[in-house]
Amino acid sequence: MVTTAISHTPSFSETFFTSLYKVENGERFRTCLQCGSCSGVCPFGYLMDYPPGMMIAGLRADEFDLVMKTDTVWMCVSCYACAQICPSKIPITAGLMTRTKEELLLAGNVPSELQSALENSQRYGNPMGESPRKRADWTTGIQPPVTILGRDRRPVDVLWFVGDYPSYHPRVQYVAKALAKVLNALGINFGILGPEENSDGDTQRLAGERGLFEMLAEKNGRIFSKYQFERIITSDPHAYNALKNEYPVLSISYPVQHSTQFLAEHIDQLRPLLKQEIPATVTYHDPCYLGRVNGIFDEPRMLLEAIPGVKIVEMSHNHSSSLCCGGGGGGMWLDGFQWEKAHARLSEWRVHEAVDVGANILAVACPYEPPRFEDAIKMSQQAGQLVVKDIVELLAEALG
Amino acid sequence: MNQDIFVAVEHLRGKVSDISYIMLAAAHDLAQNTGGKVVALLLGLNAQQLAGNLNADQVLYADHSLLTDFNPEAYQRTLIGIIDEYKPRAVLFGHTSIGTDTVGCISAQLGLPLVSSVRTIEANNKLISQICGGKIMAECNLPEPIALITLVPGGYKPEQGQSTQSPPVTAIPVQVLDGLRILLNKYIEPETSDVDISKEPLLIAVGRGIQNQDNISLAEELAQAIGGVVCASRPVVDQGWLPTSRLVGKSGSTVKPKVYLAIGISGAPEHVEAITGSDVIIAINTDSAAPIFNIAKYGTTADLFDLVPALTEKIKNIKG
Amino acid sequence: MNIIVPVKLVPDLVEELSIDASGTALDTAWLRMIINEFDDHAIEQAILLKEKTGAQVTVLSMNIEGVDDLLFAAAARGADRLIKLNGDFVNASNNHALARAMATLIQDLKPDLILTGVQAHNDLDGSIGPRISNYLGMPYVGYISGVNISDDKVIVRKEYPGGLIGEMQVSLPALLGIQAAEQPPRYVAISKVRQMMKTMSIEELDLATLDSMGAPVVNRMFQPETTERATMLSENAEDAANQLVNIFKELGVL
Repeated sequence: MVTTAISHTPSFSETFFTSLYKVENGERFRTCLQCGSCSGVCPFGYLMDYPPGMMIAGLRADEFDLVMKTDTVWMCVSCYACAQICPSKIPITAGLMTRTKEELLLAGNVPSELQSALENSQRYGNPMGESPRKRADWTTGIQPPVTILGRDRRPVDVLWFVGDYPSYHPRVQYVAKALAKVLNALGINFGILGPEENSDGDTQRLAGERGLFEMLAEKNGRIFSKYQFERIITSDPHAYNALKNEYPVLSISYPVQHSTQFLAEHIDQLRPLLKQEIPATVTYHDPCYLGRVNGIFDEPRMLLEAIPGVKIVEMSHNHSSSLCCGGGGGGMWLDGFQWEKAHARLSEWRVHEAVDVGANILAVACPYEPPRFEDAIKMSQQAGQLVVKDIVELLAEALG
Repeated sequence: MNQDIFVAVEHLRGKVSDISYIMLAAAHDLAQNTGGKVVALLLGLNAQQLAGNLNADQVLYADHSLLTDFNPEAYQRTLIGIIDEYKPRAVLFGHTSIGTDTVGCISAQLGLPLVSSVRTIEANNKLISQICGGKIMAECNLPEPIALITLVPGGYKPEQGQSTQSPPVTAIPVQVLDGLRILLNKYIEPETSDVDISKEPLLIAVGRGIQNQDNISLAEELAQAIGGVVCASRPVVDQGWLPTSRLVGKSGSTVKPKVYLAIGISGAPEHVEAITGSDVIIAINTDSAAPIFNIAKYGTTADLFDLVPALTEKIKNIKG
Repeated sequence: MNIIVPVKLVPDLVEELSIDASGTALDTAWLRMIINEFDDHAIEQAILLKEKTGAQVTVLSMNIEGVDDLLFAAAARGADRLIKLNGDFVNASNNHALARAMATLIQDLKPDLILTGVQAHNDLDGSIGPRISNYLGMPYVGYISGVNISDDKVIVRKEYPGGLIGEMQVSLPALLGIQAAEQPPRYVAISKVRQMMKTMSIEELDLATLDSMGAPVVNRMFQPETTERATMLSENAEDAANQLVNIFKELGVL
């Protein structure tokens, strides 16, 4: 049998396309129907030179280097709307968008704000560039004192993985303090890592820095193994996603729950303690990484319903069609870049939806959201008296 | 032994720089303790008149065409010759683009001790230096036999180094200056903008804390509302978010406004040295330990992203 | 063409600094070290020149904790050769001593151009660049923000206050004190650094015994007194804004 063996150096597009198959379910990239749903549902799709569907077309046409020349993939906020709607169930977010960002990063091609956040994460274990020694400063004054495992060496039932923003961001520290109050009210035996905790790394992973993610995960894994606890809880859906789905791939595996799941388990114990009425119309924003990506929709609503006086209304996009606040995939650190292109913030659209549905309170369950939505409210004249509160802050208020 | 204190005067494009006067003020402190004279060293071409208001006991002037503009090699050779001949107790240089290009090579060549970043001279000629972004001070004795010192601004006011009486000027012969390996081709002016921030009375300054280019509009709106001008510290200009003409700092402009509102600026020495002439400095920074609060008259740790828009709003309402 | 880039680690100012028990030096217990910002720019400028001219870039630094990460990161940016220098740095970490010892070593590397940061915030005895240039008999210019190689010369942009630039030409070999590279130091993905750790090796050279003669002796180190601290206004934005409006009125700007 004669074979024609013509030597062929794979083009960049070919090599890149093949690398996508290595991602979980990556072979589905071959089954793209070019239906355009992903590009249509993408919140910033209209601004991208190559929205997701067209990126796949570019790969097939061996023209991916054209895609690489543009910088619009940085508009992607890793909200998973595309992956969720795709009829072929192609892993667009984790596969294509993240891998493209990885390639751009390797070429040194990254917007400067994001560069600082990544360098800070590597150096200080948090994207803000704050001193690691101050990571537990938010606990000052809380009674009873919060157990910091490195200092108070004792076994606990629950390891609370606090996260970057609740630890350092002045607005989100209130959420951390509120959760401490609720956990204490329930008599939970919990502890935090404090200065030993590093960023979970999930957003950095989705922004294209796989190496940085692994480094942070390994550091956290080593710290976890020093202490005794039954399970990990976190109020951060991004950390939850990392701990539940990505860390086990690196052999770091612990039972993990989002704080709303954990508290919902304790609802019978919690409900009688919620004595203070909060008479308000509340609408709940499903965070991308809690709802759409990890399927947790009911527990947060259950907690809100337990608060006396609360009337719950749903925005037009809710549950798995929830609109991203814009913080994911590096979006928290690309605000200037994305503003230049869009002159619109996703968080502002969401705030309008909350106003449209008559809400007094926009309830959230992710640390990126209070600052993002509060900024959006400032920019939006119609928002009036709309207030942003994490579910945990409302619970703490209801405790009286 | 010669107990005189020499000062390597710096001038650029026909103007004596402030640091020269600051050095003269410090030199007088040193000379009081050593019992010597303060001697200013002036290098240039037909530049004797620059000695006019120097507060010195004497000026030694070296005139040569190759000394017209600053040239590291020409200045080094000339000063090495002078120091070797006169052997003063100490020679002061500016901690600047001119001074630091000169002093290090002289120290190595003549084997003389060098202490840098000196801010003040204290009793018994103790040198107090400022290092680590202004967070740490170090005290050293005046080294022997001939101390080379670089001075940073902050410890003395330029006025202390100025005099209404012109000091006597003595012309001195110059070293042979051929075979220079460094030559000045030309000067390049900064981009001219419609604003000279060094003359503005009300400055709204932004630093790293502004986080990204888009947020600068917050400062611009405030500036417009209150009738001020936006300027910035180095990190903002390095990123290209504002032009170099708006740079306030060691490598930018020195400003003397009535009010300097520092937004998201930590207060590193290179920036602070350029704003000490302000009447009132007001600082907004969420870090209560930021050095800027040590030189500001008023300060707040409120978040600039809340405070600046709120302030703009109130000012607009007042102005109608 | 051989470009040598001596760099150093300096205390990271993000952490609070404190003085040790002797009262004459920084307490190293909690000290975090970071590359001297200006040295970082020097590496970037060297890589930019390599990209234009195909020069070989060697980065060298003192062998203290953290030097490996620093050097591998430089390799990930494009440095060709990595060298760490062994010596007793505890007692003699001043530039008088280091320059003497490093000059001989650098001479053996046959440099055409040496780029180093114009200064470092922990320098107490001037910066190292000018000293090394003198021992090597090379011309030195500092506060450089642009470098172009042209035959046996280099054309540099020297920064003066007020944004003024002096364009100078310098004969090679020369040593330049870098203030800023022509573009900010590029991002290096951690995966690339990790790759360098597997594929590149760091050479070790011994420095001659360090001779500190001439370096300043510190009597004491201390933190500046904050006697004239600002009058602090409210930390609540709304209240602070009101207070500022009153202050502006008092000052006559409103």
